[in-house]
Amino acid sequence: MPEKTIADAIHDAIRDEMARDPTVVVMGEDVGYKGGVFKITDGLQQEFGMYRAFDTPIAECGIAGIAIGAAFSGLKPIAEMQFADYSLPAYDQIVNEAACIRYRSNGDWGCPVVFRSPFGAGVHGGLYHSQSVEALFCHTPGLKVVIPATAYDAKGLILAAIRDPDPVMFYEHKKSYRRYKEEVPDGDYTVPIGKAKVQREGTTLSVITYGVGVHWALEAARTVEGEGINVEVLDLRTLHPLDLEAIAETTAKTGKVLILHEDNKTMGLGAEVGAFIAENCLDSLDAPIVRIGALDSHIPYNNEQETAIIPNPVVVTEAVRKLAAY
Amino acid sequence: MSSVVETPVAALADPGDLSEEQLRRMYRTMVTGRLLAERFWILSRQGKTHFVITSQGHEAAQVGSAMAMNKGSDYLYTYYRSMSVALTMGFTPYDLLLSVLGKRDDPYSGGRQLPNHPSSVAWKMPSGSSSVATQIAHAVGSAYAARVKGEDFVAISYSGEGATAKGDFHETVAIASIHKLPVIFFIENNHYAISVPEQYELPEGGVANRVAKGYAMHAIAIDGTDVIAVYNATREARERALRGEGPTLIEANCVRLVAHSSDDNDRYRTDEMRNELKRYDPVPRMRNFLIERGVLTEESDAETVREITAEIRESLDRAEAAPAAEPEAARRHIFAEEG
Repeated sequence: MPEKTIADAIHDAIRDEMARDPTVVVMGEDVGYKGGVFKITDGLQQEFGMYRAFDTPIAECGIAGIAIGAAFSGLKPIAEMQFADYSLPAYDQIVNEAACIRYRSNGDWGCPVVFRSPFGAGVHGGLYHSQSVEALFCHTPGLKVVIPATAYDAKGLILAAIRDPDPVMFYEHKKSYRRYKEEVPDGDYTVPIGKAKVQREGTTLSVITYGVGVHWALEAARTVEGEGINVEVLDLRTLHPLDLEAIAETTAKTGKVLILHEDNKTMGLGAEVGAFIAENCLDSLDAPIVRIGALDSHIPYNNEQETAIIPNPVVVTEAVRKLAAY
Repeated sequence: MSSVVETPVAALADPGDLSEEQLRRMYRTMVTGRLLAERFWILSRQGKTHFVITSQGHEAAQVGSAMAMNKGSDYLYTYYRSMSVALTMGFTPYDLLLSVLGKRDDPYSGGRQLPNHPSSVAWKMPSGSSSVATQIAHAVGSAYAARVKGEDFVAISYSGEGATAKGDFHETVAIASIHKLPVIFFIENNHYAISVPEQYELPEGGVANRVAKGYAMHAIAIDGTDVIAVYNATREARERALRGEGPTLIEANCVRLVAHSSDDNDRYRTDEMRNELKRYDPVPRMRNFLIERGVLTEESDAETVREITAEIRESLDRAEAAPAAEPEAARRHIFAEEG
């Protein structure tokens, strides 16, 4: 079985799906001839032609709107927002159009579009190539929000997203693209949207996280392994709708919960997960819920300040030790 | 103030090979739109509906353009003033009344969306939001899909001239022009964005002029109160699109005879200004034209009005008695349902 990066897993899955299904198209800035700034659509225009791998002007609102209209006419568009930071001009199209059409047409129309974006910090991208925007979209009914942490899941989830009858926001952590490799089977498989996954079994406490946080949590878990601390890592994979059952299950199992994400802490996904646990799982808790997120800031360009703002495995390890000792 | 006022009220365009039957159908649909709109405003005054937005003064623009499209294969992206497009496609006064009353059986949305936001899968009319100009991008998306799939259909977007100030319009008109996509941008220019007159919403020279120059694409301004001129222009635009000659913007100059909506008092216009607009009212223009040509008589016209009035009355009684929307279904259709 070949080892693949997350970037290659997503690329190959899109390529295979376009070969299988002539209604699948990719569109966005630089996705065609250049193959995308992160090479996720590399070679697709050469293989499938200029319209199925469609280079657009710099017009995010237009890209989103055209993808939505194309979906009404029977295509399954994958619209790339070059950076999550730049998806905001498309916010109206995504939130007021894609997310609502099924509801406002009483179920008659659907909008099977995947909005893909690289997101996240740690690559010295500065304020406008580093943001985590997932919480903005998790608040909107009608949107599914997916963030894979591993290459296996990246392939299975992008295929599930393309085939989903509703709009899916698909975020790819840019620092994770080529950092983590694993075996990815050839051939067709999907990973269900809406299902979390225990990436590491443990008994002392649970880290509930997603995206690059999964890797920080796994690193922290390995660091404290010899100290009698046995960390469970729950990878949410889908942020909306949340797998509430899996959250309740891991909370019941360990009784101690640390919620981790790179996004700002205030009003981040951790607030929702924490509130759910507080409302529904209080009897399972042996310690207060702990949240770790970025320090409620914009992301600066220089290394010293960027490092100071976003979480890292060292911060997570310290928090894990403290929670284990509670 | 507007190019309509500068245009003399002339005879309608040559109907060419439109049959008398087609001309009568155009007129009948326009009258239905007019009488139904008047009933909507009464329902608003009676407190029976929460919101009314109508097409008085736009009937020729909407009926003429919708009749020129290929029903069932072309995509129509309407907006909140498109009630006469909906009637042209085949929705009935009863359907529209269910929408205005927010009833369970409202065919557009089950009573969820504001009234007059048409939606039909069979007639390829995707439900529109109330956001201005978003549907213009969707029409370009449908035209792009026609290109990808190699199918012969055309998309048309309906909007007011106010929509041409938005980014959605500029971003996607440009893309349609670059790739010569089969789409028609049908702009109903009533010269007001609610209260803001054209001189403060658009640079001088009108929409078509600006777009033709700025986006290197075919754009024409027509008398949007002449249903035949509108029909002819839209058919031609559709044929251009199918020949691969790209998009056309049609600026149909028309008049808004009433307030923007039931939430607007229209006090930014004087009675004199509104009276002046009546000279361009498309319904009597078409009526006079058909009587002069012997397609209608005074008697047959009066009979038509009586029939439509009776249909609206009977439809209203049924719509008022129709079941209300069900609170337990309020959270259905947020996502696709199984099976």
